[in-house]
Amino acid sequence: MTLTANFLLAGVGGQGTLLASDIVADVGMHLGADVKKSEVHGMSQRGGAVTSHVRWGETVSSPLCEKGAVDYFVAQEMLEALRWMEFLKPGGTLLLSVQQIIPTSTVYGNDLYPADERVISLVKQAAGKVLLIDAKKIAEELGNARVANSVLLGALSAQMEMTAEAWLEVIVARVPQKHVELNRKAFFVGREGNWLI
Amino acid sequence: MNKKLLSGNEALARGAWEAGVEVAAAYPGTPSTEILENVARYKEIYSEWSTNEKVALDVAIGAAYSGKRSMATMKHVGLNVASESLFYASYTGINAGLVIVTADDPGLHSSQNEQDNRHYAKFAKVPMLEPSDSQEAKEMVGACFELSEKFDTPVLLRTTTRTSHAKSIVDLGERKVSPKRAYEKNPPKYVMIPGYAKRRHPIVEERLIKLAEYAETCSFNKMEMGDTSLGIVATGPSYQYAKEVFPNASFLKLGMVWPLPKKLIADFASKVKRLIVIEELDPFFEENIRIMGIPAEGKNIFPLVDEFSPEVVRKSAHAAGLVDAPPIERAFDKGVLPMRPPVLCAGCGHRDVFWVLRKLKVTVNSDIGCYALGVMPPLTATDTIGAMGASIGVAAGMRRGGLDGSNVAVIGDSTFFHAGMPALANAIYNQTPITTIVVDNRTTGMTGHQGNPASGMTLHRDLHAEVDIAQVVRGMGIEEVVTVESRDLDEFESVVKKAIKSNKPAVVIAKTPCVFVTSHPRETYKIVEEDCNGCTMCFRIGCPAISKSEVMDEQHNRPKAVIDPVACVGCGLCYDVCARQAILEGALKQEASLVSHVS
Repeated sequence: MTLTANFLLAGVGGQGTLLASDIVADVGMHLGADVKKSEVHGMSQRGGAVTSHVRWGETVSSPLCEKGAVDYFVAQEMLEALRWMEFLKPGGTLLLSVQQIIPTSTVYGNDLYPADERVISLVKQAAGKVLLIDAKKIAEELGNARVANSVLLGALSAQMEMTAEAWLEVIVARVPQKHVELNRKAFFVGREGNWLI
Repeated sequence: MNKKLLSGNEALARGAWEAGVEVAAAYPGTPSTEILENVARYKEIYSEWSTNEKVALDVAIGAAYSGKRSMATMKHVGLNVASESLFYASYTGINAGLVIVTADDPGLHSSQNEQDNRHYAKFAKVPMLEPSDSQEAKEMVGACFELSEKFDTPVLLRTTTRTSHAKSIVDLGERKVSPKRAYEKNPPKYVMIPGYAKRRHPIVEERLIKLAEYAETCSFNKMEMGDTSLGIVATGPSYQYAKEVFPNASFLKLGMVWPLPKKLIADFASKVKRLIVIEELDPFFEENIRIMGIPAEGKNIFPLVDEFSPEVVRKSAHAAGLVDAPPIERAFDKGVLPMRPPVLCAGCGHRDVFWVLRKLKVTVNSDIGCYALGVMPPLTATDTIGAMGASIGVAAGMRRGGLDGSNVAVIGDSTFFHAGMPALANAIYNQTPITTIVVDNRTTGMTGHQGNPASGMTLHRDLHAEVDIAQVVRGMGIEEVVTVESRDLDEFESVVKKAIKSNKPAVVIAKTPCVFVTSHPRETYKIVEEDCNGCTMCFRIGCPAISKSEVMDEQHNRPKAVIDPVACVGCGLCYDVCARQAILEGALKQEASLVSHVS
């Protein structure tokens, strides 16, 4: 485990990207790292693409990661994975949630949403490791689609060879009391699964 | 450990509380909105959403005159609105401290321009500080108040979107309230008639000289000496990016943006071989340093437009031969990806309005708010958008400029109170026969659903008396004011047509309740698959809940439509536009589920 890492989280407005990245930032801070986190909100609620950068280090200057310098890229949506892929460093790890959120431009216009096979083949070329996780389906099976991010964070904690406690402490503090147990379950499904493709 | 991860805006609010601020006012605007939302959580501070930024600043100025530390916060273009008050306050000075936060938006994440508000400090002859992370943001609020009271001046604190919204670790402190400074009547100081103002101007100029002396020793202006072959002058987030790209260079970090410390800059310049300025947007430091007679580079290397990032700085630095390593390019052919621009929400009442206006083929002079999205495909109904409240004046001007009578102004409820009323009064006064459609969604939507005079909901979510737009408009002299549910497309269309035809100044109030405020009466709608022939009519409303089905219409070889049951909130516009009755109406909801979401 290292206290120096760059993270990128990407999704679509409404997917909880900002909460998930708050958790990643808090975990770093609790472990004693200097932490910075950056996102842009404002119009994100209206279905726009959302990205959030989190950086842990001894001292962190820029709140933004540089392209090609991200160690862990958590993509909550297939198209958004492809859109921000160049931020991942060569050899970096992608945690990819198998979910499509169709932009309206593909409905009234001629834009084409890339097929899953194409996304997967492209990201495999660019990443050191790809973990393909059907987080939404897992979350729905657990009883609430909103815990999909805890599945992804569980998988991230395992990739970083960190203890579950370091993460669960923060997740418990950040999610509503009545959803704590479900988030814990989701976290462990993510943490214990073998998602490598 | 009293440390917390705070955004720049949260840190500014915390800083205000610790500095003993007692009055704070603002109009919401990205990226500044969360400052006041966080200030509102401190019970010791009176805080309010004002109707616009100028009013907010006047409220803060009045509170400072009366003896309490006060703050006004706004986005960069808000300071344009408030600038007239900034300029008189520069002359009058203050009594208790006054700090004005301007949150600039390089990169136009949510704005109509990317103006650099550092110019306002020079223009209004007041000091300005700029933090580069949340800790500094918090500390600078306190420092700004000390400066304000020491030099009898309003103080500007500039952030940018990146600093306002990035989070970093902050040491929390305690609140300290200074003793109240009693207000004493002093017309030559507080009454800016020409005779008195003329006497204040030299005081302002002397103050600026003293502030420049102060800047020489201001602790936020720091020299960090490293390799002296390159000396970098920077502030704000640019400083952070530059530290990443040039870890070994010498730095002069200017936390005090105006007035500039001439001796400190000259001293730094003399210690380094080459002096470059890394600053977002305008060459503000660069030009002012050159005026001092010190050779500085900057915009010959770094871009004049758009937000910086570590790779923007690295790319420019590499092209100029300042660093060896280029940005990492990860080339792989992903083709052209569909964009994901912000869209009107599923069920948004504004969609009905623009659907009808597009059908009527009228020229639409629109305004700032969620309804600005009416310009996006597929609705593409809008002709002009400029600034808060501009819709009505521009519509009148286009009419006077020779456009036929079919242009309409579209303005939101909050924007109407912000800057729409004077323009409407003007149209009535001059009898310019334009139709104004007030799209009243009962909230200030784009900035995150704040209240406004029309909804009567305050910053603290208390419900006060609603200022009735229809009555206001009638009082202004509009004889026929029609309030209509735009969800009833036919009725709305006929009302708008009639208003245009009246050839008089006319106002239509379209009730377009925001889905975050009020529920639609029906449950989710559904495509009847066997009846849909993929005609694409419902695709043209641009609803994010509707997409192309995997099921094809075999006769026409095109995809049928499908409605996402999670995203659909039951507005029924798709049902109204479907020519084949291939959409099943949602069931009426139980009354209990219809209550307003906002209390």
